Amino acid sequence: MAIKPLTQPSSASSAAISLSKIAVSNTHGEDSPYFAGWKAYDENPYDESSNPSGVIQMGLAENQVSFDLLEKYLEKNSSDPTSSGRVSSFRENALFQDYHGLLSFRKAMASFMEQIRGGRAKFDPERIVITAGATAANELLTFILADPGDALLVPTPYYPGFDRDLRWRTGVHIVPIHCDSSNAFEITPSALDSAYSDAESRGLRVRGVLITNPSNPLGATVKRAVLEHVLDFGALKNIHLVSDEIYSGSAFSDREFVSIAEVLEARGGRGSERCHIVYSLSKDLGLPGFRVGTIYSYNDAVVTTARRMSSFTLISSQTQQLLATMLSDEEFTAGYIETNRERLRRRYRMIVDELGRAGIECLKGNAGLFCWMNLSPFLKDETVEEELALWECILREVKLNISPGVSCHCAEPGWFRVCFANMSEQTLQVALARIHDFVERRRGNQ
Amino acid sequence: MTQTPPNDESRPTRTGMRLIVPLQGVVQGRGGILLGSLIPCALFYFLQFYLKRNRSPPPPNPPPSRSASSSDLPRSSSRPNLLSRGASNGRVQLSARANHVAKANESPYYIGLDRVREDAYDELTNPDGVIQLGLAENRLSLDLIEERLSKNLADLMSGAGGPPGLRGIATYQPFDGLLEFKMAMADFMTEAMGNEVSFDPLKMVLTSGGTPALEILSFCLADPGNAFLVPAPYYPGFDRDLKWRTGVELIPVHCRSCDNFALSTTALEQAFNQARKRGQKVRGILISNPSNPVGNMLNPYDILDFARERNIHIISDEIFAGSTYGNEKFVSMAEIVDSEDAFKDRVHIVYGLSKDLCIPGFRVGVIYSFNENVLKASKKLTRFSSVSTPTQQILAPMLSDKRFIQEYINTNRQRIRSMYDLVVSGLKELGLECTESSGGLYCWVDMSKLISPYNEKGELDLWDKLLNTAKINVTPGSACHCIEPGWFRFCFTTLRVNEVPLVMERIRKVVEICKPSV
Repeated sequence: MAIKPLTQPSSASSAAISLSKIAVSNTHGEDSPYFAGWKAYDENPYDESSNPSGVIQMGLAENQVSFDLLEKYLEKNSSDPTSSGRVSSFRENALFQDYHGLLSFRKAMASFMEQIRGGRAKFDPERIVITAGATAANELLTFILADPGDALLVPTPYYPGFDRDLRWRTGVHIVPIHCDSSNAFEITPSALDSAYSDAESRGLRVRGVLITNPSNPLGATVKRAVLEHVLDFGALKNIHLVSDEIYSGSAFSDREFVSIAEVLEARGGRGSERCHIVYSLSKDLGLPGFRVGTIYSYNDAVVTTARRMSSFTLISSQTQQLLATMLSDEEFTAGYIETNRERLRRRYRMIVDELGRAGIECLKGNAGLFCWMNLSPFLKDETVEEELALWECILREVKLNISPGVSCHCAEPGWFRVCFANMSEQTLQVALARIHDFVERRRGNQ
Repeated sequence: MTQTPPNDESRPTRTGMRLIVPLQGVVQGRGGILLGSLIPCALFYFLQFYLKRNRSPPPPNPPPSRSASSSDLPRSSSRPNLLSRGASNGRVQLSARANHVAKANESPYYIGLDRVREDAYDELTNPDGVIQLGLAENRLSLDLIEERLSKNLADLMSGAGGPPGLRGIATYQPFDGLLEFKMAMADFMTEAMGNEVSFDPLKMVLTSGGTPALEILSFCLADPGNAFLVPAPYYPGFDRDLKWRTGVELIPVHCRSCDNFALSTTALEQAFNQARKRGQKVRGILISNPSNPVGNMLNPYDILDFARERNIHIISDEIFAGSTYGNEKFVSMAEIVDSEDAFKDRVHIVYGLSKDLCIPGFRVGVIYSFNENVLKASKKLTRFSSVSTPTQQILAPMLSDKRFIQEYINTNRQRIRSMYDLVVSGLKELGLECTESSGGLYCWVDMSKLISPYNEKGELDLWDKLLNTAKINVTPGSACHCIEPGWFRFCFTTLRVNEVPLVMERIRKVVEICKPSV
């Protein structure tokens, strides 16, 4: 091939080229301490034998406690992994890029979601929209429910990733619904009203409320009465309600988790066209790499629109097929859900009891992969600066990466999210021992 | 973000790994079903391996008790809330963006695809159904992929080559793709694009298909209200991928039949200047090369010179690069960008496995950029559209198999060429000429003599006849923003050879109806 000589660059081309505002902004919020701690971990990760003094990762909400159950299932079923239904041929699968998603997969997801709720709500596979993870589901819903410059109300403290997922590309604002420890961080009617007024006074149009149930970072389920009130509020203002139920399978007891789906059914579906549920298999099944998320909407227009927009975030057909098989095995899923719950409850008890012995209180939790720890007694002053100083100290000296409440937009300084399900019990014990020693030293110094 | 695998407790107590051989799969031996069950087996195998690396030792299991049996609850309906006093009686609103998307399927491109979905031709079960010629999908060489993956999986199962070649899978996956998979993709891209340039895995961000790759670049390179120049006719999906959620505009740069639809620099300059007069900021030029729907090769030097003069970005969608069959040679943007050239910061390539490798269902796309900041932003943005890990694991060994890929690319080319020749000559017999194309999975057909009046309405009338009378789905030029009426895109790689006569017969009927009387 003949090489064509390049033309002389003009002065215009030597100027740096600019990127979009989105590309250069830090609206994604990934510069917060929540993400900075990960860097410290990456540079010096704990390993029981090779690096016992490394940083223990307690900032990652991932579920590793039930891998063995998945393993057992595979061993039992590998000889005929497709026994539960018609197998798509390779050809069909390779070509399948229909944004409706595999029907067998949607049926299996609907059934799994029903099992998690103890059968107290029914899910229609036709209302399931597939996305590559809950991150994508939350963003997609935001694109559909709100225009740039509009606002979503989100109770604090909330998952730090929401700053990115709900705001970055969408141009939508998050207006916080402030919750505090006086009532275990529950959403109160007055907090909801305040947030709405706050948005109005800023000239922002509120399009919806987004709650996480069970809550991240609180590790607690939302009470039925609160759900009822939020639904009524939504009806009054004619705004949407998004319920991110990604930790629904990680509630320690089936009885304590109430899904918005149940409340809607009890109301005979009244107001349901405002409601949308987000789910994913990353937490309950511990498979974040598979990129499996769903939007479940009771609103036909939302389902249609979300489906079309899901072209940007489809799940690999092979992954859909694999999971369709696994999740439609109801005997397996029932056993898995039950056992997973039990193990998480054990872990939670272990960490809370140990922390209690060290004189540290946690919020009373009943779900999730983390506990919400109160270190405010250890702050010199109840300020964000002191909280960050304490966080830095815990990261550098105690070598634990935990998430400071400020990164979750918590109104009260001194609270920290501590994840307990992404490590072995032994590692957890090491971490707890370190905390114990740290507290002893602090007490000694006071 | 990656994590090293957890500590020693996570390794199983028994030595080595038990290999589960999927007996059913091995015994059945029938092509599709074999792989259909082998691939889930392989995924299970990978899942086992992945789990073994990461699990904690199992605590004592309490006997699992059954959860409450599901009672048959009434399904919730979506009745509007008319009951509470003080409640608003209006239906809840969606965003303006959503309302726009809800209307999206008015394009003939999408209407046609929907029609096929509802009434797809099948030789046995639905011989009067609509034959699909409106989807640029390659089914001609799927058997080769199937065979290779099958062999790959069989090797894995038998333990030959050891455990999966990918390094220990971290619990937390990097959203922009496993490095091992990027390396495999780099190998594949190098082969597919003729071995003229070596692709660098570190310049890649993986996405769940070409669609999100285009959208992410649009978000990174332009602000709402800005524009990209696009040679027209262009792929209808660009209107969705680059505009829907970004607020970015596309300005068509019209190409004409007298130039064989080649892109003229004059037209480019005119379009750029007119945009400037309107106060519209052009941030870049989007090209598809080989082009869709025409199947031309573009001269990347012309594009580079133009973009350099005006200091704008280049997005080069090269998704059909491996599907070339003509006399012209494909030249990637990557080939002509000098590593020393400061201008390389403006060059971004989109690629994927949906076309060249026939596997759109697997959702694998690539953003390839020379710009560090674009890569940084894209890495964060691909969280919303990342590639499934098991899919990466399955495909990596095949993509790195140079010999297989070479043979595959060559055979695939030949098959596309044969089908192109068959279809083009068949159309010629009907009096329909096609442009001379060199790449892609379609031909660009001149049906202007059959339309009346000679405008978009006439074209859509013909499209309607083809869809509803002849029962074939083809894409009219107006859906592709073609300035000359009467051109249609016929995708031919979804056809079997024995279906071609049937297609021609159906077209003949419409040609007879529409032929101008002598």
